Amino acid sequence: MKKEFIISIYTENHIGLLTRVTVIFTRRKINIDSLTVSESAIPGVFKFTIVIKETQAQTMKVVGQIEKQIDVLKAFFHTNEEMIFQEIALYKVPIDPIYESDTIERIVRKAGARILEITKEFVIIEKTGHKEDTQALFEELNQFKVMQFIRSGRVALTRDPIERLSEFLKERDSFLDSLD
Amino acid sequence: MTAKKVTGSQALILSLLEEGVDTIFGYPGGAIMPVYDALYDFKKEVNHILTRHEQGAVHGAQGYARVSGKPGICFATSGPGATNIMTGIADAMIDSTPLVCITGQVASPLLGTDAFQESDIVGMSIPVTKWNYQITCAEEIPEVLAQAFYIATSGRPGPVLIDLTKDAQFGELDFEYEKCTKIRSYVPETHVDPQQIKAAAELIDTAKKPLILFGHGIIIGHAEEELKTFIDKTGIPAAWTLLGLSALPTEHELNVGMLGMHGNYGPNVLTNEADLIIAVGMRFDDRVTGKVSEYATNAKVIHIEIDPAEINKIIKADVPIIGDSKKALKMLIANVAENKHDDWVAEFKKCDATENEKVWQKDLYPTKPGLTMGEVIRITSEKTNHEAILVTDVGQHQMIAQRYFKFKNSRSNVTSGGLGTMGFGLPASMGAQFGAPDKTVVAVIGDGGFQMTIQELGTIAQNNLPVKIIVLNNNFLGMVRQWQEMFFEKRYSFTELQNPNFIMIGKGFGIDGHTVSERENLEDSIQKMIDHDGPYLLEVTIEQEDNVFPMVPTGASVSDIILEA
Ligand SMILES: Cc1ncc(C[n+]2csc(CCOP(=O)(O)OP(=O)(O)O)c2C)c(N)n1
Repeated sequence: MKKEFIISIYTENHIGLLTRVTVIFTRRKINIDSLTVSESAIPGVFKFTIVIKETQAQTMKVVGQIEKQIDVLKAFFHTNEEMIFQEIALYKVPIDPIYESDTIERIVRKAGARILEITKEFVIIEKTGHKEDTQALFEELNQFKVMQFIRSGRVALTRDPIERLSEFLKERDSFLDSLD
Repeated sequence: MTAKKVTGSQALILSLLEEGVDTIFGYPGGAIMPVYDALYDFKKEVNHILTRHEQGAVHGAQGYARVSGKPGICFATSGPGATNIMTGIADAMIDSTPLVCITGQVASPLLGTDAFQESDIVGMSIPVTKWNYQITCAEEIPEVLAQAFYIATSGRPGPVLIDLTKDAQFGELDFEYEKCTKIRSYVPETHVDPQQIKAAAELIDTAKKPLILFGHGIIIGHAEEELKTFIDKTGIPAAWTLLGLSALPTEHELNVGMLGMHGNYGPNVLTNEADLIIAVGMRFDDRVTGKVSEYATNAKVIHIEIDPAEINKIIKADVPIIGDSKKALKMLIANVAENKHDDWVAEFKKCDATENEKVWQKDLYPTKPGLTMGEVIRITSEKTNHEAILVTDVGQHQMIAQRYFKFKNSRSNVTSGGLGTMGFGLPASMGAQFGAPDKTVVAVIGDGGFQMTIQELGTIAQNNLPVKIIVLNNNFLGMVRQWQEMFFEKRYSFTELQNPNFIMIGKGFGIDGHTVSERENLEDSIQKMIDHDGPYLLEVTIEQEDNVFPMVPTGASVSDIILEA
């Protein structure tokens, strides 16, 4: 059965690595639902967060292929339940309805969203949450004709109390020294 | 070490020398000319083989690597030079062959401008390289080359491509070389887990019908002796994949033959009788397994493999053992009991008798007119005392050669397994001869594949390489024709060839040869070829519509192997 998996990949910062990672998915005709890349807490180590809908068996194989890439330090996969995750969405809504009634204000309050900027023509609203939440807000706001909408890729953390990466890097170093 | 000032191109050659490179296969062009200029001063230290096509260079490097165990080195220029080596790189990737390929590239300010002969070879080669990297500045050369060699040869080997911009070739640096011994993000192998060895040994000691399947991992891991000891101690019959061939002498009494689509009858059908499969250094390719859901149906599986991504990829392992084949086998040998499996081995013998009657006799000792591929292979193997290095192309002749050529020594079988690259044979044979100058190298090639890289006869002639080339001419793309006959109602759609006079072509290149079509002349012809001083081309006119059997049709179970039409 297919379900959502979050794949977290720690890598060295090498040009071309993004392609190396993504072709592993495209080759198997797996759609990437969301992709985020940024530097991790450890300087020089980058973190990819990739969301796919797949079977667990196929996800395991894909993660194996990812780990096999020379510049990949470590790859994990988790179900949604195992991680805290968020996406961020921005909505550009015309200003007039705001003057006309307090509906938008109420929607924003109820959704726990916030207003980032107000101009003469539009307001920009920001909401973080799961995709369903940001999508629901989009649908509500769209009665006022959302002018522009953008949603980020997912960012996610495990429920582990500590960041395991630095420990992992230390272990890796001593392991590599132990190989003859 | 004291640093000395050199150009990027010189640094490249010096780095290769530091890695013990003595042979390079390549083809020059604009974007790699500074490297070739530097090479001019190193003619004594390193032998550069100018091929006739970059595909010849990369397959040459593969052949060299496969017989020598050293990485194959290939040079090509940017653009078309680089794209011409892609097939060989893909082939090396799937067959785990260590290659270091150096491509020239336009100067870095021109990158991305559609400059003359610019192609994004780094982007293009990502899916078919173990690692690749573009060097745009001369200072990077020693370190990146050291990494390239380490990555290509360690763990599960594979091809590495280094793209070198022209300005990096011209640039200057202080040359200092240090071999790479580790990379933080790369784990070439893991320690074999003794618990897993214990679990495996238990299964091995209690199995009634165990079967060993060995692959390329034995040869790559230099584990031939351990494999033999393990087999001898446990009395377990062992079957090989295409790339495992020659790791165990053919005549070893527990060598039960070839797995897969055109493999032997016994190891295929008995895979589904076995209660334990011990797979070592192999990856359960679909040509080996046939229908996966009906494969090894009664067996527990022990899978010894250096590449963790292979574990559970196709066949679920009950006891996975991740690590080096040599180390794992050594540990296993220490943990298993001495044993014999006479009744079980007798079942293979019984299958052999069936296959002998239905297939071998007809192939090897035909009485009907018309030469068979099998008899050519049998006689060639005999006349080279089963000590030759066999290089094949792809097709019917390949399967027949793998089935019937006999081996005493490891690293003696060079073939394109995973990619099935027609055109591989001739250039790979020349690489093999460079890698093993004292051995007899026999190239067995179909009339179709021969014409894909026939230009390498020029390289063979120029270097007076004593390669013995046998072209098995059936005037067809035989393997495709066989499928058309069996599965497409004999509709021979574009598989018949009108061939040139191969012998005249050979002579045009300065290579002697002759054609044989009569059985009574076959032995003498093969003898003449072997005795000939220098390269020789023997064209054998064989039966046009002979088929390769046994066969596991695509999608069928190994149990449903067909013995005859
Ligand atoms: C580059 C490439 N193109 C196409 C094929 C498909 N193919 C596999 S075997 C074969 C026929 C080979 O014919 P020939 O070289 O005459 O050898 P034979 O099978 O007759 O021994 C073909 C076309 C291939 N393996 N490689």
